[in-house]
Amino acid sequence: MTRYTQPTTFYTKEHEWVTVHNDLATVGITHYAENQLGDIVFVELPDVGAEFATGDDMAVVESVKAASDVYAPIAGKVVEVNAVLADKPETVNESPREKGWFCVLEIKDGAEIASLMDEEAYKAFCEGL
Amino acid sequence: MSDPTTENLKRTPLYDVHVEHGAKLVPFAGYEMPVQYSMGVKDEHLWTREQAGLFDVSHMGPCFLSLEDGIGGGDEAHAKIAALVETLVPSDIAGLKEGQARLTVLLNEDGGILDDLIITRPIGEAAQGSLYIVVNGAVKDADWALFERSFQGKAVLTRADDRILFALQGPKAVDVMSDFFPGCEELKFMHHMPFELNGTSCIVSRCGYTGEDGFEVLVKPEAGLPLVNEMLTDERVKPIGLGARDSLRLEAGLCLYGHDMDPTRDPVEADLAWVIQKVRRERADFPGAERILKARTEGTAEKRVGIRPLERAPAREGTMIQVDGQPVGIVTSGGFGPSVDHPVAMGYVRSDLAGPGTKIDLMVRGKARLAEVVSLPFVPHNYKR
Repeated sequence: MTRYTQPTTFYTKEHEWVTVHNDLATVGITHYAENQLGDIVFVELPDVGAEFATGDDMAVVESVKAASDVYAPIAGKVVEVNAVLADKPETVNESPREKGWFCVLEIKDGAEIASLMDEEAYKAFCEGL
Repeated sequence: MSDPTTENLKRTPLYDVHVEHGAKLVPFAGYEMPVQYSMGVKDEHLWTREQAGLFDVSHMGPCFLSLEDGIGGGDEAHAKIAALVETLVPSDIAGLKEGQARLTVLLNEDGGILDDLIITRPIGEAAQGSLYIVVNGAVKDADWALFERSFQGKAVLTRADDRILFALQGPKAVDVMSDFFPGCEELKFMHHMPFELNGTSCIVSRCGYTGEDGFEVLVKPEAGLPLVNEMLTDERVKPIGLGARDSLRLEAGLCLYGHDMDPTRDPVEADLAWVIQKVRRERADFPGAERILKARTEGTAEKRVGIRPLERAPAREGTMIQVDGQPVGIVTSGGFGPSVDHPVAMGYVRSDLAGPGTKIDLMVRGKARLAEVVSLPFVPHNYKR
């Protein structure tokens, strides 16, 4: 199993990004996702300490139009959430890959990372949509 | 392979205009309609409150109802057509002045709301005995079937939903409109004028569904398409989709049929008793009059109210309302109001909780979120009275 001692980013088909660094994974949504959702007005984040299995509803993003679920891209326990999003949910639109991160997971099973897409695969996936 | 969701969907005469302006198209009321353009819902909403937004509402149900034995004949003919229509609606149609329009509701025999609609009395002696009526797109076929059944042998229905019906809304709408329809700036809210445009007659009404000053125009496609295209070259005008149409009307406290009112609700609990003028209350001759007049004097179990979530989480349609853990109502429209920069909603609550300032819980994804009953609208109306 690869151990990522340098931050390395992967993607899901649900348009989440996951930056893996040692035992931790920072999770957010991609530019494609925030652009599809439109103006984000509220983000409901999980509680610190909450544990998720892969694919569980982990967070909710509300745009002017509708509410959308964000799924746990890999299994893990929430160790930190992005407090900035409580007051400034639009940060997700403005900076989806940097300031608009959602939460940090303590990775439960590092082998799951192999099922995620790398940058190139995700780009090809988006072009096929 | 064709997409099953867009199969059998109709297109309005402005379909190509939507595509040219980068619309995201969705199925709505049987049509492929723009939910937003490249600007996005929030900016389209704010643009309409500050400038002028152009909305394609050709999916709606404009129609004309005319006496079977011919129009003309002044007040007498108007009285005759009004008497027919008043068998289905509780508003004073006979009392409309020439050029005046009224919002009303179509009622079933129990006094439940089948639709909301705008009825306009035309201008000029020769046009009396006909009415210009606009019903909702989603229920137009049912409404028109009801008209035909009810008025058989007495009045003729002419559908006008093959034409372009568009709205121009916002504080700059009047300046833009008067360039194309000189004199329309004199119209007052809920009044209309006929115009000639390139030899085609069209109807310009001062009304809308945003809370802003604005107009609606019914025009045949051959004259309407160049008109809309030219209006869209004006820097004050942007095309606006259904997304912003919904957030604008919600902030303005205006009901959406099928959501904030339906056949199970009467006009009193929907807080629309004002559409029933005194003369009709006295005559008590409309469908469901007994229930509705009783509701008016004795009150109803529930009432439609404005709801302001006190937290940042929007409460969508269907959200349960609770007080002390007990269900007391339901949200019928809810989302985010870009002009108030806060979530907004409306819904029905138990009548004893309908007073502004009452604290309620909105059950959003299982969590109680504090909210307050408020007076509508969330933003002041800017109508030209």
